[in-house]
Amino acid sequence: MENILEFFLLNRNVIFIVILSIFLGIEVISHVPAVLHTPLMSGANAIHGVVIIGAIIVMGHAETTGAMILGFLAVVLGTLNVVGGFVVTDRMLEMFRKKK
Amino acid sequence: MNDITQFSSGISILEISYVFASVLFILGLKMLSHPLSARRGNILAAIGMVLAIIATIFLHQKDEKPIGNIGLILAAIFVGTAIGWIIARRVKMTAMPQLVSLFNGMGGAAAALISIMEFPHISQELIAKSGMANGQVLAILLGLMIGTVSWAGSMVAFGKLDGWIGDMRIKAMKYVNLAILTVLIGFIVFIMTRNVQASIELMPFIYIMFAVAVIYGVLFVMPIGGADMPVVISLLNSFTGVAAAMGGFLYNNQAMLTGGILVGSAGTILTILMCRAMNRSLINVIIGVFGGGGQTNSTEAGSVKEISLSDAAVLLSYSRKVVIVPGYGLAVAQAQHICHDLDKLLEEKGVEVKYAIHPVAGRMPGHMNVLLAEADVPYEQLVESDEINPDLPNTDVLVVIGANDVVNPAAEDDPSSPIYGMPIIKARDAKNIIVMKRGMGKGYAAIENMLFFNDKTRMLFGDAKGTLQNLVNEVKSL
Repeated sequence: MENILEFFLLNRNVIFIVILSIFLGIEVISHVPAVLHTPLMSGANAIHGVVIIGAIIVMGHAETTGAMILGFLAVVLGTLNVVGGFVVTDRMLEMFRKKK
Repeated sequence: MNDITQFSSGISILEISYVFASVLFILGLKMLSHPLSARRGNILAAIGMVLAIIATIFLHQKDEKPIGNIGLILAAIFVGTAIGWIIARRVKMTAMPQLVSLFNGMGGAAAALISIMEFPHISQELIAKSGMANGQVLAILLGLMIGTVSWAGSMVAFGKLDGWIGDMRIKAMKYVNLAILTVLIGFIVFIMTRNVQASIELMPFIYIMFAVAVIYGVLFVMPIGGADMPVVISLLNSFTGVAAAMGGFLYNNQAMLTGGILVGSAGTILTILMCRAMNRSLINVIIGVFGGGGQTNSTEAGSVKEISLSDAAVLLSYSRKVVIVPGYGLAVAQAQHICHDLDKLLEEKGVEVKYAIHPVAGRMPGHMNVLLAEADVPYEQLVESDEINPDLPNTDVLVVIGANDVVNPAAEDDPSSPIYGMPIIKARDAKNIIVMKRGMGKGYAAIENMLFFNDKTRMLFGDAKGTLQNLVNEVKSL
C-alpha cells in the first residue's frame, strides 16, 4: 500500500499530465463530422509517431553494434510513422479542398 | 525518470521546445476536427513533430551525456523519410486504410523496440532500492506489450484489407485470446516480482513476452472482419498512442507523454464514435459476433432481373431525381471519375443528382468522401444517409454502385442477421433501383442482400468502371 502511495507522490506530475491529456483528447475531438473520421484517425496516427523521440534517445546512447542496429531500425520505423502519417493525411485533406 | 539536477540553457530550450510541440499537437488535432482548418491542423502538428525531433537530437541529455551517433540517426531519419514519403504519395486513395494501418504498426514496433532496448539498462541502484516493482519497469513492460500487440495487429489488419489474409472465425477464439492476455499480464507480474540484481538477467523473459504479445496481436485481429476493420484500426491506433506515452513516462519526456496520451484518448473516442455510426458496441466488435450468424439467411430469395444498358440510360435520363449510392466496388474499380462524368451529364439534362454517403461506405468512415472529393464531386452533392433517407420515396432512380451491406434491408427486417440494427440507406424506398455489381457475390459482411431480389430492382452486371463508361456513352447518344 505504501509503495503505491509513494509511487503516486513520486510521479504526481506525470499523473497530472496523463489525466488532463485524457480529458483534452476527448474534448478536442468529440464533435467531429463523420466525413473527417478517416483524416482525423490518420492525423492522430502521425502524432503518435512522437515515439520517434524515444527511438532517437535509445539510438543516441547505443554502444554495442546490436543496440545500434536495433536503434537504427527503431528510428527508421518511427520516421515512417511520422512522415507516412502526415503525408497521407495531407493527401486526403488536399482532396477536400480541391472541390471549389 | 532522471530529474534535472543542474540548470543548463540547452535543457531549458529542449523543455520549451517540448511545450511548444505539445501545444502544436493539441492545436493540430483540434483543427483536424473541422473541415475548413483540417489541412492546416495537420501541418501544425507536423511542425510540432519536427521541432521535437530536432530539439531532441541536438539538446537532449541523459545522465549528462548528449545524444551520440548523430550521423547514424540522421541517416535513419533520411531512410525513413524517403520510404515513408514514397509509399504515402504513390499508394492509391482506395488503399488508404491499409496505409494508415501500416504506418500505425511501424509506430507500435518502434515503441516495442525501445522497451526491449531499455529493459537491460534499468539502473541497478533503482533495483537495489525498490526491486523490480517500480514505475520504470512497469512503463517498459506495458510499452513492450501494447506496442507489440499494436504492431502485430496492424500488420494483420493491413494484410486483411489488402486481401491476402482471410478471416478466421472460431468460436473458441475469444477464450484463447482471453487466456493469452492473462498470460501476458502474468508475465508483467512475474517480472516485476523477481528478485534480481540487474534487469539484464531477466532478458529471456522479455523475449518470450514479446513473442506472446505478437501471437496475441495476430489472434486479436484475426477473427475481426467485415465492416469492423476500421474500428480495429482506430483502436490499434490508440494503442500505439498509449505505447508512445509509456516511452514518455520512461524518459520523463513531456512531448511523448502528451502526444501519446492525446492520441490514446482521442483514438478511443473516435473508435467509439465509429462503433456508434454502425450501431455496434466496442465489445461486440472485439469479441467478434459479426459474421457468426448468417446461416439463418433464407435461400428462397427468388430471381434477379437484369436491365440493359440502353434501358438504364433512358431510365436515368428521363428521371427528375437520381441518387447514387457509392460503395467500395466503385472505389476499387477507380470509377469515381467516370461516375462524376455520368452525374454531370445527367445534370446537364436537368436531372437532380445526389450521392448518398453511408458513414461506413468504403472501408473507413469518411473514406468515400475522400474518394469522391478526389474526383471533384462538389461537396454539396454528398448527402449523409440520415438526411437522404426521408427523401428517397421521391427519388425516381437510386443507383447502387458497388455497395452492398449499407443498402441491405436485412439490417431492418431480419433480427438474426449479423448487421441487424445497423443504420442503412433505405434503398428500397426509391421508385426504381439499379444495382451495378460485378456478380452475385456477397458484400464484405458475407450476407445475402434481399434488395437485389426486390421487384423494383434491376441488376446491371459488370465491372463498375466499364459499365459506367458504357452507360455514359449510352446517355450521350440519346
